[in-house]
Amino acid sequence: MSSYKETFVSTQLGKVRVWEKGRGKRVGFFAGVGGLPKWTPFLDRLSENYRVIAPALPGFPGGPSSEPLDGPLDWVLAVGDAFDAAGLDGGDLIGASIGGALAMEVAAIWPGSVRKLVLISPFGLFEEAAPVADIFAQPPNRMVDVLSAKPAELGAYYKDPDGANAGDWEVQTLNANIAAAAIIWPLGDTRIAKRLGRIGADTLLVWGDGDKVIPQSYAKRFAAGLGGKSKTQIIKGAGHMAEFDQPNAVAKAVSAFLG
Amino acid sequence: MKVMWFHLMPYQDLPVDFKDKHNSVWVDIDPKLYDPVAGHRLYNEYIDELVYADKVGFDGICVNEHHANAYGLMPSPNLIASTLARETKNAAVCVMGNSVALYNPPTRVAEEMAMLDCISGGRLIAGFPVGTPMDTCYAYGQNPSNLRERYYEGIDFVMRAWREEKPFSYNGRFNQQRYVNAWPRPIQKPNPPVWIPGGGSVETWDLCAKNSFVYASLSYFGHQASKVSLAGFWNAMKERKKERNPFQAAFLQFVGVGENRKEAMDLYRESADYFYGRCLHTDPSYANPPGYTTEATVRARVGSQVMQAAEASRRRVRQDTSDIFDAGHVVIGSPDEVADKLRAVCKEMHVGHLMLLLHYGNMSAQLTRYNTDLFAKKVLPQIKDLFENEWEDKWWPTGMPAVTEVRAPMGAAAE
Repeated sequence: MSSYKETFVSTQLGKVRVWEKGRGKRVGFFAGVGGLPKWTPFLDRLSENYRVIAPALPGFPGGPSSEPLDGPLDWVLAVGDAFDAAGLDGGDLIGASIGGALAMEVAAIWPGSVRKLVLISPFGLFEEAAPVADIFAQPPNRMVDVLSAKPAELGAYYKDPDGANAGDWEVQTLNANIAAAAIIWPLGDTRIAKRLGRIGADTLLVWGDGDKVIPQSYAKRFAAGLGGKSKTQIIKGAGHMAEFDQPNAVAKAVSAFLG
Repeated sequence: MKVMWFHLMPYQDLPVDFKDKHNSVWVDIDPKLYDPVAGHRLYNEYIDELVYADKVGFDGICVNEHHANAYGLMPSPNLIASTLARETKNAAVCVMGNSVALYNPPTRVAEEMAMLDCISGGRLIAGFPVGTPMDTCYAYGQNPSNLRERYYEGIDFVMRAWREEKPFSYNGRFNQQRYVNAWPRPIQKPNPPVWIPGGGSVETWDLCAKNSFVYASLSYFGHQASKVSLAGFWNAMKERKKERNPFQAAFLQFVGVGENRKEAMDLYRESADYFYGRCLHTDPSYANPPGYTTEATVRARVGSQVMQAAEASRRRVRQDTSDIFDAGHVVIGSPDEVADKLRAVCKEMHVGHLMLLLHYGNMSAQLTRYNTDLFAKKVLPQIKDLFENEWEDKWWPTGMPAVTEVRAPMGAAAE
């Protein structure tokens, strides 16, 4: 993987790490569970065609602490600030999983700010008949099994690369999971259903065919609620974190949609 | 030393193949396993046992709070405590719950505990556990990302509700109330003694040290596990240059007394196996929702081999219950052996409040009575004096205030 640029921008909540690579149209990326502890092949593929910009969200690696955030309003403002400070206003936006839940908020609350929206298996809805999995209630250190079709690779991705700072990495993962819980505990229903109609941006819904967290049937529910046009693409051989499991296929689908 | 009789109130009819056929004793336990008619018998039997402990001279009787749990049938410890407040006369009534983060507004906790203090005549010990992840985050759906902050605020709220002399407004992070006015008021001034159950979180040591609360190590793995927790607490006290008064600490121990060790092993094996085998069959998936264990505790564990060893030992016991007695999870033996052991560990850990589980698992009423009687007659007299001459217990209920003046009857107001 070739090098990417790291900068830090200021927001009211604190410093936000921004990773950037590539040229062309601006495409923002809000990461999912665990955030971005490392650069990823998916962002690499995408940066071949676009200027990829990934701001770290509160609580996730590189982001300011999420501790001061009390409710949805605080969260949306903090994420909106990071989005603006990273220079994403008016660009395209990809949100995966928990990042998808937050990307929908940005697109719903500031409708002009997102040109095209990509949602990779986003959290936000809950149906009792087809429940969203409880990603936190998993055997110790086995959350990866439910998140990915390649759990061993995902486990390695979350680990301290040289093993020298295991404690810091454990704390980084803990904080990312605390932020995730703050957003989706206990059911994953962020009440986005009330705001989906405000999202006028054309939207691509991406789902791994082996998603064990959010049933594929949710794609239809999101599509039905969205205010703009949408289409859905299923990715073969992928779990909940489709962009991690099948970076090439997801990058290809996204590129075809964004144009 | 104060010696207390603690009841968990376990359900006794979990099937023999419970471990194989069911996922967990907690959170998702099959509701069909609960027979309310058995529940009727158990509640009454268990309340009788606590009342009996008061009669035979235990200093305190304890209840606690669990939810969706087959080894702890007290979702509302206050209901049991209110019965105990009426049916007992001397023992401290120690409520090792309410998990204050679960109650909205926490006014309810201030009110009910004040009621208990009034009914019992100032015998309440107010326990505030954060609550296990299973109870709080899963059975009650609380968000683990802010559970601890909510808990600290809840304690602060209740303490103010007891102490403030006028109605007040509370503008907290999680609780906003225009009028906080806890009626009734507790008898004990400025508040009933506050005890905090802990299991090795750095924050709980600091909370107790800072606020002069009792730190109560409630482990099912006996003094070996409590040693680590209590050492952490005394260390936090030392860092704050606080007095090392053993009465600011408590610990829980399972005990089985027999005429001799062999008899005790024969008598208590089944109940211990039931508890450690079936009652502690919990799904580890529910054990660590994000935020329940804090950054400070994670860092402390990464850096502490002692804490890692203690955890490894606990994990081993969950797998293998053959060494329940040898490892000291349950202290068993003749009265003299038990007394010697308890004196030694209380001295070693510097603990002035001993909480005993003399009933556990599916122990029958008859065996519970035998264990209780033998302990009261032959062990209690041998350990009661510990620390009593050297230290003052400032964390024990005061009872009713001494009557210093006779109030004028209503209507006979002074001119």
